[in-house]
Amino acid sequence: MEETIAELRETFRSGTTKSVSWRKKQLKALLDLVNENEDSIFNALDQDLGKSRVESYRDEVGVVKKSATYSLSCLDKWVAPKKGEVPLLFFPAKAEVMPEPLGVVLIFSSWNFPISLALDPLIGAISAGNTVLIKPSELAPACLSFLVQTIPQYLDNKAIKVIGGGADVGERLLELKWDKIFFTGSPRVGRLVMTAAAKHLTPVTLELGGKCPAIVDNTLSNPSKAKVTAKRIVGGKWGPCTGQACIAIDYVLVEEKLASTLIDILKKYIKRFYGDNLKELKSISRIVNKNQFQRLVNLLKDPHVASSVVYGGSVDEEKLVIEPTILLDPPLDSEIMNEEIFGPLLPIITLKNIEESIEFINSKPKPLVIYAFTEDKAFKKRILSETSSGSVTFNDSMVQFLCDSLPFGGVGQSGFGRYHGKYSFDTFSHEKAVLHRAFYPELEPRYPPWTNFKLMFIKLAYGFNYFGLMLLMLGFKKS
Amino acid sequence: MASEEEKKAVFDAESAKEVVKELRASFAAGKTKSYEWRSTQLNAMLKMMEENEPQIIAALRDDLSKPELESSIYEIAMVKSSCTVALKKMKHWMMPEKAKTSLITFPSSAEIVSEPLGVVLVISAWNYPFLLSLDPVIGAIAAGNAVVLKPSEIAPATSSLLARLAADYLDRSCIKVVEGAVPETSALLEQKWDKILYTGNGRIARIVMAAAAKHLTPVVLELGGKCPVIVDSDINLQVATRRIIAGKWGCNNGQACVSPDYIITTKNYAQKLVDSFKCELERFYGKNPLESKDLSRIVNSNHFARLSKLLDEDKVSSKIVHGGERDEANLRIAPTILLDVPQDSLIMTEEIFGPLLPIILVHKVEDSLDVINSSGTKPLAAYLFTNNKKLKEKFVATVSAGGLVVNDTTVHLAEHTLPFGGVGDSGMGAYHGKFSFDTFSHKKAVLYRGFAGDAFVRYPPYSRGKLRLLQALFNGSFLGIIRALLGWSKS
Repeated sequence: MEETIAELRETFRSGTTKSVSWRKKQLKALLDLVNENEDSIFNALDQDLGKSRVESYRDEVGVVKKSATYSLSCLDKWVAPKKGEVPLLFFPAKAEVMPEPLGVVLIFSSWNFPISLALDPLIGAISAGNTVLIKPSELAPACLSFLVQTIPQYLDNKAIKVIGGGADVGERLLELKWDKIFFTGSPRVGRLVMTAAAKHLTPVTLELGGKCPAIVDNTLSNPSKAKVTAKRIVGGKWGPCTGQACIAIDYVLVEEKLASTLIDILKKYIKRFYGDNLKELKSISRIVNKNQFQRLVNLLKDPHVASSVVYGGSVDEEKLVIEPTILLDPPLDSEIMNEEIFGPLLPIITLKNIEESIEFINSKPKPLVIYAFTEDKAFKKRILSETSSGSVTFNDSMVQFLCDSLPFGGVGQSGFGRYHGKYSFDTFSHEKAVLHRAFYPELEPRYPPWTNFKLMFIKLAYGFNYFGLMLLMLGFKKS
Repeated sequence: MASEEEKKAVFDAESAKEVVKELRASFAAGKTKSYEWRSTQLNAMLKMMEENEPQIIAALRDDLSKPELESSIYEIAMVKSSCTVALKKMKHWMMPEKAKTSLITFPSSAEIVSEPLGVVLVISAWNYPFLLSLDPVIGAIAAGNAVVLKPSEIAPATSSLLARLAADYLDRSCIKVVEGAVPETSALLEQKWDKILYTGNGRIARIVMAAAAKHLTPVVLELGGKCPVIVDSDINLQVATRRIIAGKWGCNNGQACVSPDYIITTKNYAQKLVDSFKCELERFYGKNPLESKDLSRIVNSNHFARLSKLLDEDKVSSKIVHGGERDEANLRIAPTILLDVPQDSLIMTEEIFGPLLPIILVHKVEDSLDVINSSGTKPLAAYLFTNNKKLKEKFVATVSAGGLVVNDTTVHLAEHTLPFGGVGDSGMGAYHGKFSFDTFSHKKAVLYRGFAGDAFVRYPPYSRGKLRLLQALFNGSFLGIIRALLGWSKS
């Protein structure tokens, strides 16, 4: 492992990765990798998570392709130094901020989007000119093995590497000195990563999770809007990896009187999208492994929780499948209402007045996303200014993930740092400040021995009081 | 008297918890969010600096024997300037930034909203105790946070002055100063903050970051390093020398994170450089620099001993070509230049942070880039004096540091449009100007969608047609979309 990082360091020192043409070549090669191996990727995702082809394309393959294409088209712009304005006082001078690669970076990706969460950050790291080691999650073994085999076939081996293995490999990697660590996963492991990074003063980006709420107000009373809302909630909960997504809707907040309307229409679309019952389930992934399966089943064990199930609830332990399940008002102190669910269980919490949803959300740690289905301008404003989350999406679910111009990241317990689009490039770069000065003119008052005149001069200079400076120099100001 | 001591003795984890609790309540009540509150606080800070200039200068003289001009400019004027910039630009900084949206989410609109992180902790250093305390606090206030400031106990007069002034001028329910040393700092670090900005050294920085990790608190670490100065031969030597002196001894007598730490120049040029230094140093500080009022003293006997040790090392003490005089009683060391010190000496291994300036020699000036790059660490700043365009380009392209200045030293700090921060061992994150506002903000992404334009292709049951349409959508190609739609309707 020390050898791996030494090789990556050597490659970085040689300057290969700094060249923009090298970076573009790698990004193009990554596109080829994905294009030429689509079927293998679909198979691996089916094996690891039971993802269907459309879901795999939408959430994994398509995301990577879009990201690489976007980066390729913007790279020249991103690497260019940004000019800064320089005050007259420093004339003649030139100021700029130059992005440069951090060096050797480590990317940890998680098992729920095993292809895109490994390759999307990789795209950022390459665009910024770094050498990279990716450690994908061993809980998605087919995808891990696909990455380990295919990446060396397409990308520059000396600069981009993939390593397999489990938690022990992760621990050993964390003992080494990296120039940046990018971690996607749980808050618990996020703490371990940051603690390890602290020993080497390594900056980190932590993409964590949380309980992402969906607020639904009385737009439900409008039948056509209710349909769209329901589709988007259903599609946004069970569509991506059957709820095993950091941005999946964790629970829904709705007014008491609209609860049954909501539940009815949700049921309708669950059946239409995924089938009527457990046996006929389709177009939906499965739970990743027995551990996660057991954890989810345990959430339903509490009798008060079990009795709140209003739809679904059936499980197939052999196939690791849990059907889409809706719960109505499980006890607020139950585990299902305090842990991130990360699965196909959807609690609906009723409130007397939908405005209470703000207080409800604020009583929990800051989530990665808040979803709100509403057309009420004032309510939208309140949500924006009185809650805090990584991001907010109005009247839809999941799609903010696809916007390259929006930063994707958390706040508080949902993490810090961000990526996507240019933010990926920035997160793997150091923005170096550069100031060019000339030898002339020289400002004598900069130098000791100090006098009152010099003090006055510099005071005026700092205030950019050019007129005052002129007066001082002409002898019209007392010093 | 007794109760003051009592107060000081009892700041432990419980007290820290109480402080955070109070600030969280203030923040939750929305006190710090309004533009009015932020601008009132910043204006109050301006007033605080204006009405207490003599007291601030006196405190800095007590703690560091800092010359009045340095105090006036680097501590007071810079803080005022920072307030002024924030007051002028804050409205603009607070406005949401529009973001572009693409075909995939059409129709939609998007923006990035800046919101305060919440309750933040600023831990500052002893060398610029006012500036390094208040400059970050200005950023925290401008971004709408509640703040705790922990000034350095190594500058006790300024620490207690800051505590008193902050209580008198600023909103005590949202901005607090906690004085103390290791125990108090540890108590603070156990709490959950929404951000910590630490200025200081690498050893403590690791402790700060590890403590922050327990709460997943993001940090900004402003550290230091050995800031090198490359001096080429075909330059205006007098101007270059003066600028190096101003950045070294003119900045708290070398006790500054961006002070030139050591010089690299060619064997042929070295003597000329040393002579120029001797001449200008005498011009600035007189024949008896130990008695010059224009030089800060060494902050305390610990650091005095540390610096003496650097000078007394066998292979180094013989290399002194100028200065070297010490006055232990008054904690003064004269501007000292050393020529051709071995690279494995202590003085070339650790950050000097004092009035000693070693000169390293190379054959040709381009070799100096290798010296810097092979040192294994990235400094906070690096400087180059040259008229050679190619050398400038290579320097900017290959030397990694927090910031670079060509043909001057340290002045980039005053440029608020440049981010000030380190990389690698010199730190992470940046501030100054808008970067301060950004560093204490969460940039929340907001996507607005409507109910119209619902792409059926998103929803199951999935089919080949939907797959093709999705592919076309992702590619953003209209033709592809039309083809897929036609194909879809065909199948």
